[in-house]
Amino acid sequence: MSRQSNRTTDSKKMNSELFTLTYGALVTQLCKDYENDEEVNKQLDKMGYNIGVRLIEDFLARSSIGRCQDFRETADVIAKVAFKMYLGITPSVTNWSPAGDEFSLILENNPLVDFVELPDNHSTLVYSSLLCGVLRGALEMVQMAVDVRFAQDTLRGDSVTEIRMKFIKRIEENLPAGDE
Amino acid sequence: MADEAPFQFLHNEVLQYIYKSAENGETDNGRNIAKLENMGFRVGQGLMERLTKDTARFKDELDIMKFVCKDFWTCVFKKQIDNLRTNHQGIYVLQDNKFRLLSQLSAGKQYLEQAPKYLAFTCGLVRGALSNLGVKSIVTAEVSVMPACVSDHKMIRKIFS
Repeated sequence: MSRQSNRTTDSKKMNSELFTLTYGALVTQLCKDYENDEEVNKQLDKMGYNIGVRLIEDFLARSSIGRCQDFRETADVIAKVAFKMYLGITPSVTNWSPAGDEFSLILENNPLVDFVELPDNHSTLVYSSLLCGVLRGALEMVQMAVDVRFAQDTLRGDSVTEIRMKFIKRIEENLPAGDE
Repeated sequence: MADEAPFQFLHNEVLQYIYKSAENGETDNGRNIAKLENMGFRVGQGLMERLTKDTARFKDELDIMKFVCKDFWTCVFKKQIDNLRTNHQGIYVLQDNKFRLLSQLSAGKQYLEQAPKYLAFTCGLVRGALSNLGVKSIVTAEVSVMPACVSDHKMIRKIFS
């Protein structure tokens, strides 16, 4: 049915809008519950972490990506596969540190902030903190400890959204005591 | 589908948050449900606004309900409502045999008591969507779980307009 084909592109977009709007409702609720923005940021990050540790399984089940050889490959998989799969966008990977342990994801547009404006009294709110938590939680489950933060945010007047990811260390898998 | 996953994960996290931040487990259940429902309401309003931007005006109430069952439900849950019944006097019952947000819970009676938590947001979603079309309603939901051997969950909604 020709009418259907229009609907599928619409419904894909709508689904991300459902996510965007729900996220907005969540942030609003958190702002009501907590007095200051720092607390809200922390909560969002924590919730993101909880989502991330489960999302990674979902991701590995859907894509058939094997183990990444190095951090560069990890960066590519995050940008080109994961972001594309879940949010429909492909950030670019840039600004590698000389040691190769830190990079930036540049998002031209951040679907979480569609329809969003930050009011003046919430200038320290990092609206998309959930994403930091998700990335951190997901990577921890594949034995990587990373630090994730927003370097630029369109909601605070920057031209793009930049997420800075830094590799901290490899998490050793702990064998249960008594195993040989 | 992969693009449904973010919403489902987020929805579960929202649920955990609302219930964790309540001081008193038992007595605040109603308040938590109300909070979830209100969140859903705002989202439903916004979503319906976006969805019907270019749609023609609806002929009547039944037309609105059909839109909710087909287009709105497809946008949110990637499938249509399985069954729509009405008494032609303002009550509509929408039945979804495989409600997505409950698909993560195991079949059988074990988690039946937990089911209302998972439905609250969606009830608000529908109420918000309808309100954006000028329809005042009360939306409630019920789950009656099939015998354990079948993985379907029946969900019935009553809408009073």
